[in-house]
Amino acid sequence: MADSTAAERRSPAAAYAARFEAASAGGGLRLAEIPFLTRVNLRVDPKSPAAERIGTAIGVPLPVEPGTVAGGGGLEALWLGPDEWLLVGPDGAAPGLVARLTEAAGGEHVSVVDVSAQRTTLVVAGERARDVLAHGCALDLHPRVFGPGRCAQTMLARAGVVLVADEDGFRVLVRSSFAGYVAEWLLDASVEYVAG
Amino acid sequence: MLLIPCPWCGPRDEAEFHYGGQAHVAYPENPAALSDEEWARYLFFRDNPKGLFAERWSHTAGCRRWFNAVRDTATNEIHAVYRVGEPRPVSA
Repeated sequence: MADSTAAERRSPAAAYAARFEAASAGGGLRLAEIPFLTRVNLRVDPKSPAAERIGTAIGVPLPVEPGTVAGGGGLEALWLGPDEWLLVGPDGAAPGLVARLTEAAGGEHVSVVDVSAQRTTLVVAGERARDVLAHGCALDLHPRVFGPGRCAQTMLARAGVVLVADEDGFRVLVRSSFAGYVAEWLLDASVEYVAG
Repeated sequence: MLLIPCPWCGPRDEAEFHYGGQAHVAYPENPAALSDEEWARYLFFRDNPKGLFAERWSHTAGCRRWFNAVRDTATNEIHAVYRVGEPRPVSA
């Protein structure tokens, strides 16, 4: 009872952990949630001095090519739009990151918003990952088009997501309120690839 | 289903976009000076060609940018896409 003031935080897809694990048992597919990552939305003119200062301050130059990811030092910058990025870092990094960005922005026209709670991260990895996502995603996910270092905002099963390609699969950044739906959809779409 | 080439993100499914009507409809320089008829013409009257039509689209499920596209209204073929502020390509 002593800690009743500190509400225990729960990630949006926490309830799916056991079913994700069961679906991953076959080895061809790995489903999991990475909870509580830091995400900061950044909007700045890529040609402005502030954008360059921010790149230096966080140690990651903001990628200007559409749909690409730049990373380093535990931090990733995802291209969301020509003047918009999503910075992804480890749990707890938000206050420090926001402070560094705000300082680097100086007085310029820059928007920095901590949106960590907006989404959660679902991992869809393994050799069947592409087949599962292809059930509900119109993008060409072949590595020659969408390999490591690429990201895209698109629709997965009619839900808006940010897809990030990794070496062994994908991360699906989905809005917290859609996490249950997308988790159910992923489990349903993966039935045929899970050894029963 | 159309495959629409977003000038930022590349070809994407039509379901990711919102339609924004005719492009290049300039806001009147001095709206207060317009008669009701002229104002109504600005607000409500749009071209409705059978053939090439410059129109606005927004990539709402992607980069969320507005852009212009030249679409053939008879065949749905998209002849050109270009960013806001760029002139309509001469060939399309």
